[in-house]
Amino acid sequence: MKTPSVGGGPAIEADNLCRTYRTRTGWLRPRRGEVTAVRGVTFDVGRGELFGLLGPNGAGKTTTIKMLNTLLLPTAGTARVLGHDVVDEPREVRRRIGYVFGGDRGLYDRLCALDNLRYFAELYGVDPRERNRRISELLDRVGLSGRENDRVEGYSRGMRQRLHIARGLLHEPEVLFLDEPSIGVDPVAARDLRRMVQELTSDGTTVLLTTHYMAEADELCDRIAVIAGGAIQALGTPAELKSRVQDREILEVETTDVDEERLRQIRKLDGVREVNVTLQEQGQMITVHMGRGREIAGAVLAMMDDRRLGRVTTRHATLEDAYVAIVEDTDRGPM
Amino acid sequence: MTPGRAVRLIVVGVRTHVMYMSRSPIEIMLAVASPLIYATLAFYLFRAADRPDQLLQASVGAGLMGVWSSVLFGSGGAVQNQRALGTLETLISAPVPLVLVLLPITLSTAIVGTYAMAATLLWGVILFDVPLSFAHPGLFVLSLPLCVLSIGMMGLLLTSTFVLMRNANAVANFLDYPIWLLSGMLVPISVLPSWTTPWSAVLPTTWSARSLHLATDGARELSDVLVPMGLGILVGGCYLVLSVFALAWVERRARAAATLSLV
Repeated sequence: MKTPSVGGGPAIEADNLCRTYRTRTGWLRPRRGEVTAVRGVTFDVGRGELFGLLGPNGAGKTTTIKMLNTLLLPTAGTARVLGHDVVDEPREVRRRIGYVFGGDRGLYDRLCALDNLRYFAELYGVDPRERNRRISELLDRVGLSGRENDRVEGYSRGMRQRLHIARGLLHEPEVLFLDEPSIGVDPVAARDLRRMVQELTSDGTTVLLTTHYMAEADELCDRIAVIAGGAIQALGTPAELKSRVQDREILEVETTDVDEERLRQIRKLDGVREVNVTLQEQGQMITVHMGRGREIAGAVLAMMDDRRLGRVTTRHATLEDAYVAIVEDTDRGPM
Repeated sequence: MTPGRAVRLIVVGVRTHVMYMSRSPIEIMLAVASPLIYATLAFYLFRAADRPDQLLQASVGAGLMGVWSSVLFGSGGAVQNQRALGTLETLISAPVPLVLVLLPITLSTAIVGTYAMAATLLWGVILFDVPLSFAHPGLFVLSLPLCVLSIGMMGLLLTSTFVLMRNANAVANFLDYPIWLLSGMLVPISVLPSWTTPWSAVLPTTWSARSLHLATDGARELSDVLVPMGLGILVGGCYLVLSVFALAWVERRARAAATLSLV
């Protein structure tokens, strides 16, 4: 039942998209301000492509998606989905897209899955003669068959997420926006979700995915854009992004109480590109990006020899390391 | 969109929202509680004024106030609820005119409001021995859904403003009393100052309330009930047309101002 789209160009075209929010605080003397969430985002997504949009919280991912799915008007720039302008032809765009977001919200929790799907099927124009077949097919696909008459308020987060996906697929959209669909979902459910997304793209559906899980993005995406500070900082295949840090080796050290001064000294070591600290349940994980072939792991460890060290490993750089390097470069600003 | 599909969407929407609203015992209790208090006060006032023959009018009037309150707070609350549930964005991103998304919600609030009408009528029978002796029972039964429909249309126009505002309930509080007073739900509008008459005339609730009261008691001829009933539908229809234009503007405004979600 896919609605034919215009022309054979890219599925999604974003050209210099910008979005500014107006803020107002106080009543008697209101102070007005502006916050720019997206500044000049440009990218294309090909038909049938699985495109990832990665970035830290507040980077502008959701705002970008909401402009593309017609929920927000851009303050500047243009965007087209399947050849239709998102500002002037919202209904044409909406007919062809699905929007699934992560988390617990977005469903009528006092109703059962079947009633939720029946209502959304009507809203999204599913042919009444096809409706029941389509709903039962989707319930099967997302593994909710047998639970369709249970109220959603009794569902686990993973089940709600699967119901969300079924809702988003009711009208067989050509383009699917998945905004952090695996957030809070257990590993088994997340794996099922990835499998389902792969099946969708193999059926020809274009998917724009935002996620915080790098392994998920690496496994699924044909291309990835890293967005930070409201702008795209890097765009390419996972391999291309990883190649940005292929000249690095990563040293990971589990330790405790390494202070900022000590980290500054490590950063100053010749051959050290970057040092990050992640707090863990017990202690810290120090991640040191080192130039490949440089024998500096010993020097780094020597600087921590008065601390209790746990597991120490060296490994090749991953997509997550590339992502962290790109985002940290953005935070540091132009050198 | 074909008219058939539009009707189908409204019917399925009303079914869904009535079912959703009816599954909250607290909301139902709140919808019924204040009309029962109004009805009790009205029974004592009408008795004290030596008008025991009009106690059924008091039941109907208090029930109407319940329908109106349900629409007013329900429409504001429904939009807020959809926003809190995260469904407002999903509803608005559906490829259908916004009016067809919101009309079922306001109609549902009016239908849920009729629980209050049933409760006040029953309250009168059980506690105050008010017999259900309608002058024109058939016309009363016909007037009630048409009244619900026209109040629902009024709720739709209000809803368009509520989509834009995150604190819609504050406006709802402000509108509760003036509308039931101006519509003559409990007290006849003839006792109000003359400058209020034009305001009353443009409210569908005025005509719907009149047709229900006349069907309950006082109508000499059929036309006494049918004329205000028709006017209620006509004025309500005007509100529907206004809502179609208002909602097209509101939708674009909400997309520009980013008021669709809580986050």
